[in-house]
Amino acid sequence: MIPELGHFALILALCAAIVQAIFPLVGAQRGIASWINVTRPAAQLQFLMLAISYACLTHAFIVHDFSVLYVANTSNSQLPLLYRISGVWGAHEGSLLLWALILALWTAAVCWFSRGVPKAMVARVIGVMGLISIGFLLFILLTSNPFERLFPVPPDGRDLNPLLQDPGLAIHPPMLYLGYVGFSVAFAFAIAALLSGKLDSAWARWMRPWTNIAWMFLTIGIALGSWWAYYELGWGGWWFWDPVENASFMPWIVGTALIHSLAATEKRGAFKSWTVLLAVLAFSLSLLGTFLVRSGVLTSVHAFATDPARGVFILGFLVVVIGGSLVLYALRGPKIISTGGYGWVSREAGLLFNNVLLVVVCATILLGTLYPLALDALGMGKISVGPPYFNSVFVPLTVPLALMVGVGALARWKKDNLIGILRRLGWAAGLSLLGAFTLPYAMGEFDWSAALGIGLGLWVALGTAQGFIERLRHRKNKLAALGQLPGAFWGMSVAHLGIAMFAVGVALTSVYSVEKDLRMAPNEQYEIDEYRFTFEGVKQVMGPNYRASRGFVRVDNLDGAPVTELHSEKRIYLVQSNAMTEAGIDAGFTRDLYVALGEPLGGGSWSLRLYHKPFVRWIWYGSALMALGGLIAASDRRYRQFARRAARERGDHAAVTA
Amino acid sequence: MTPKRKKRLMLIGLMVAAVAVAVGLLLNAFQKNLLFFFSPTQVIAGEAPIGHTFRIGGLVMPGSLQREEDGLTVRFDLTDNAEQVPVRYTGILPDLFREGQGIVSMGKLDESGVFTASEVLAKHDENYMPPEVAEALEKSGQMPHGLKTGEN
Repeated sequence: MIPELGHFALILALCAAIVQAIFPLVGAQRGIASWINVTRPAAQLQFLMLAISYACLTHAFIVHDFSVLYVANTSNSQLPLLYRISGVWGAHEGSLLLWALILALWTAAVCWFSRGVPKAMVARVIGVMGLISIGFLLFILLTSNPFERLFPVPPDGRDLNPLLQDPGLAIHPPMLYLGYVGFSVAFAFAIAALLSGKLDSAWARWMRPWTNIAWMFLTIGIALGSWWAYYELGWGGWWFWDPVENASFMPWIVGTALIHSLAATEKRGAFKSWTVLLAVLAFSLSLLGTFLVRSGVLTSVHAFATDPARGVFILGFLVVVIGGSLVLYALRGPKIISTGGYGWVSREAGLLFNNVLLVVVCATILLGTLYPLALDALGMGKISVGPPYFNSVFVPLTVPLALMVGVGALARWKKDNLIGILRRLGWAAGLSLLGAFTLPYAMGEFDWSAALGIGLGLWVALGTAQGFIERLRHRKNKLAALGQLPGAFWGMSVAHLGIAMFAVGVALTSVYSVEKDLRMAPNEQYEIDEYRFTFEGVKQVMGPNYRASRGFVRVDNLDGAPVTELHSEKRIYLVQSNAMTEAGIDAGFTRDLYVALGEPLGGGSWSLRLYHKPFVRWIWYGSALMALGGLIAASDRRYRQFARRAARERGDHAAVTA
Repeated sequence: MTPKRKKRLMLIGLMVAAVAVAVGLLLNAFQKNLLFFFSPTQVIAGEAPIGHTFRIGGLVMPGSLQREEDGLTVRFDLTDNAEQVPVRYTGILPDLFREGQGIVSMGKLDESGVFTASEVLAKHDENYMPPEVAEALEKSGQMPHGLKTGEN
């Protein structure tokens, strides 16, 4: 009964989405107030219906209702509660329902937090989001119904993919989707601006916090995915340039460009049409990512579905959304006039440089990701583009980007003087060079890549520090002044520090990591850098839904002082009899020690993988700082002040006319 | 020139410069890193290059897996049920590697016809077969009956 209720709620949600799309859009275009007033109730109704539908599916997972096909395929009576809840998005149908729910959540959030925005604008934004929702709900109902029944009812389910039975991966998809779908708000604002022709700095100001928050979630989602790949796949790598990773990275890059170009649009009225285009692109790439991952065109663990009907539907949807918005952009774009001239050396020029580079980076990744697919589709042979391609293109393009972070953030709007900026940053350049040529020796031997990473990291961090110094120079009470600095400045600085940390982490871990595959007998020892690993043997243990061989490895310093005890497991999940390696990791601020159990080689010997990875955690610390920066920037006081003022003005106006 | 024109020129100049650099890097990197895929039948027919990295896919021939003295180097035959290619790999095999399983491997072919693998990938699903392998099997007319391709 409850699954039917969920199905029914899903259909009602589609009806609500249709109302939410048609009435506000037409109402705003024709100026019919009563139609505009439908906006908020319709959006909230759709959210409520999707929440009910989603709760019904979760209920089916929790009570082991294997009469539901989806539950029977992705759950099992032995599955722990946490993974029954996260199992809802463990495969195609449920993850799409989560997508739709999150879209409704963002829509509802726009209803709740848009006090200062004119009603017609809100109506258009929510109407556009309603259109997107119609597409996704139709897709779910027509091709991927999660509530489909199964008869006869199987005695037990086929279990969740063991790879997905992990807390890190349990929250990875929701975070990623919050980011992907969050760009739909920026997209809807862009389309609304094209429809209404109202494209001013107030519009950019409404859009900025939404874009920042979506970007923050996407950052967290990608970082979680990378962290998960590091400890769960047992390879110790943190980024593989896998097409699925690229699919989430491309919207992130364009989203980053959008955040920066929005700053120029709000403060100076510059790059208006460019900003609109970026917003369209960011969401289009999010949809493309969904298509790549969900249609099964990629050879990857993420592609659960290979149903051609689904692929064709998403492809059609993609064409309608991207094509439609680009046509609208072509029709209305030329009427958008950017104001505010600027010189060669100015904050605007810096942001422009940033944007051009980011878009080029995105285009190269897009090429490397789609080219093999295109060749394959044309029957011209099967190829793949190896990670060295991405590395050799990505690094030379991002180095100038990092070099510009320090300069661009310090430049004044409109016009500045390059010599002056460089003079202000002289000390930072000196210290960065000094650090680049001395600090690698502290890690062992000198290496050019490490010097580059350290130098860039220091340069970005010190340039950020210079920003603080200049803002506090003439203030008496420095500490109090620090608290009064605007959230936007704090957010930018924290995110840029994140970039610095990330650059150092990437460089040091790729240069100084030591990775060894070994055969080890019990009590055999092996030394890596300043650590001595002792293999203490393997014991058999039982988990809730798996049995495992647990290997024990003791790590000491070379002088015999104990460091840590690592456990790595080789698990056999009982339902699907799948093997899985659980790595043993000792996480540290400046290094990780990593052990993964290989195979038994007879006589108590095992093959083992031992890693010493310096500074690998800085990659994720850096990402966390970037995400935090996004949050701080979005919470800038002035967004609320403007909203309050606008609401008050309209309230007064209403009082006068009443 | 009006300031507006100047700005536009600057934008175009920046774009052209960035695109030119990117295209240069791209073509260079692309040339070096395109990985072609060959089936065992194609390798035996001499279509695959010797000494260049490429990918090969097929089933691990049952009964062919052998370990060398050091315990870390393995040898096995990869088959599309028509032809077989001997493969040599040093390192820890993926969790789902086993005889009869479909795998994709990256590496180089030497003069004696042995494929030295630098990477071995097995998909994390019992029934799952990499699409390249499925296609190679279909081409050789040896697709095992009842084996699903793709969906788990």
